[in-house]
Amino acid sequence: MEPDDPTFRSGTEPVVHLRGAVALLGRFPALAGVDLDVDRRRIVLLRGANGAGKTTLLRALAGLVPITSGEAVVLGIDLRDDRRAVRDRVGLLAHGTGLYDELTVEDNVRFWTRAARADISDADAAMARLGLDGRLRDVAVGRLSTGQRRRTSLACLLARRPELWLLDEPHAGLDKEGRDIVDELVRSAAQAGATIILSSHELDRSIDLADEIVTLGGGIALDDEAEGGRFHAE
Amino acid sequence: MLSDAWLIARKDLKLEIRSRVALNQVIPFAILVLVLFAFALDPDRGLLQKATPGLYWIAVLFSGLLAMQRSFSVEAADGVTDALRLSGLTPGGIYLGKTLSVAVQLLVLEVLLGAGVALLYGTVITGWLLLFTTIVVATAAISTAGTLFGVVAAGLRVRETLLPLLLLPVLAPVLIGSTRAFEAALSGTPSEGWPWVGLMSAFAVVYVVAGIFGFGPLMEES
Repeated sequence: MEPDDPTFRSGTEPVVHLRGAVALLGRFPALAGVDLDVDRRRIVLLRGANGAGKTTLLRALAGLVPITSGEAVVLGIDLRDDRRAVRDRVGLLAHGTGLYDELTVEDNVRFWTRAARADISDADAAMARLGLDGRLRDVAVGRLSTGQRRRTSLACLLARRPELWLLDEPHAGLDKEGRDIVDELVRSAAQAGATIILSSHELDRSIDLADEIVTLGGGIALDDEAEGGRFHAE
Repeated sequence: MLSDAWLIARKDLKLEIRSRVALNQVIPFAILVLVLFAFALDPDRGLLQKATPGLYWIAVLFSGLLAMQRSFSVEAADGVTDALRLSGLTPGGIYLGKTLSVAVQLLVLEVLLGAGVALLYGTVITGWLLLFTTIVVATAAISTAGTLFGVVAAGLRVRETLLPLLLLPVLAPVLIGSTRAFEAALSGTPSEGWPWVGLMSAFAVVYVVAGIFGFGPLMEES
């Protein structure tokens, strides 16, 4: 695939294309040659033990961790040429919330929406979608519960309208209602044309959500057995 | 880039207003420094008045360090640095915004310290034009360099102690220039102060250019 190929926008090329992708954390190869292709509108579940490389893979796809060898093209952009160029087109829900504790929910969502040059009305819509438009709207983020902070982070991501969603343990810290909202958001984002890659240890919920499952181990994607369009390790 | 700068500056100033760190910690610290200088030199009132420009700018620098450290500590919390990298904001815009926010806080601090100097040290303020210009230019010089060195130290565990070690030697020319310009203004010989204002202006221009182009790579490493 040619990077920045105009055919990408028509949806004919994979959103993610990795071949032998290696990423180092210090001298340690956190990704040791990952092969991965993800098509538009797909929901892909990354699973694997702690330290398998899930978080590093998501951060690398977001352009935060450099790919040191192999091929890595995301949204038509060659990450080895310019990994910064992809950043404003992806949304990463990481372990850290990315929120300012002293600012209110509304302040945070509006700030990150403006930063992404998205329409400010999207911030209000995102807060409403995540159930943050009531009394929580004017509460400082530092006073929120873990689940409410997670919802606020998701609202920031949603308002940005990213083409590629990268969700690291999106269900963590959420109650049942929050988890249902996340699942509904992921499904509707895929229907709207976005591509979603998520990592989760909550396999019961995530397997139902995913179109494909990729198992990581030792920094590589393990060979999986195809079963009806899904891929399972066991 | 300018709209990004304005967005960051507004956010940083709103954070400071909400957290009240400047009000509850930085300003009391600055006034405490002035009071301690007064206690130390009070027996010799002439020496205190003679040293007023230098004491004022040392108090500004020490207190400004707290504001600069605070400016980057809020970005280091809970994944905010990654969120900034992913935001689409231009690094130059982030640099200018943080510089503007620090400068506004310094200006407020300097006005309060000026009032403190007049009250505590009995300083008669003259040469208003030179004083005002010196404050504006020195504030620009301190905040442009401070923001650039702030991001250098931001990614390190020892940032609280490293920033003063990195920044204070770099700001020595600004300390000298602002002190000499204040001395000239207060002694009624403003013509001797303007060359120092020129020196500080050049300093600020160099650092603002270095910041706009260097902030992005430095933020990647932080």
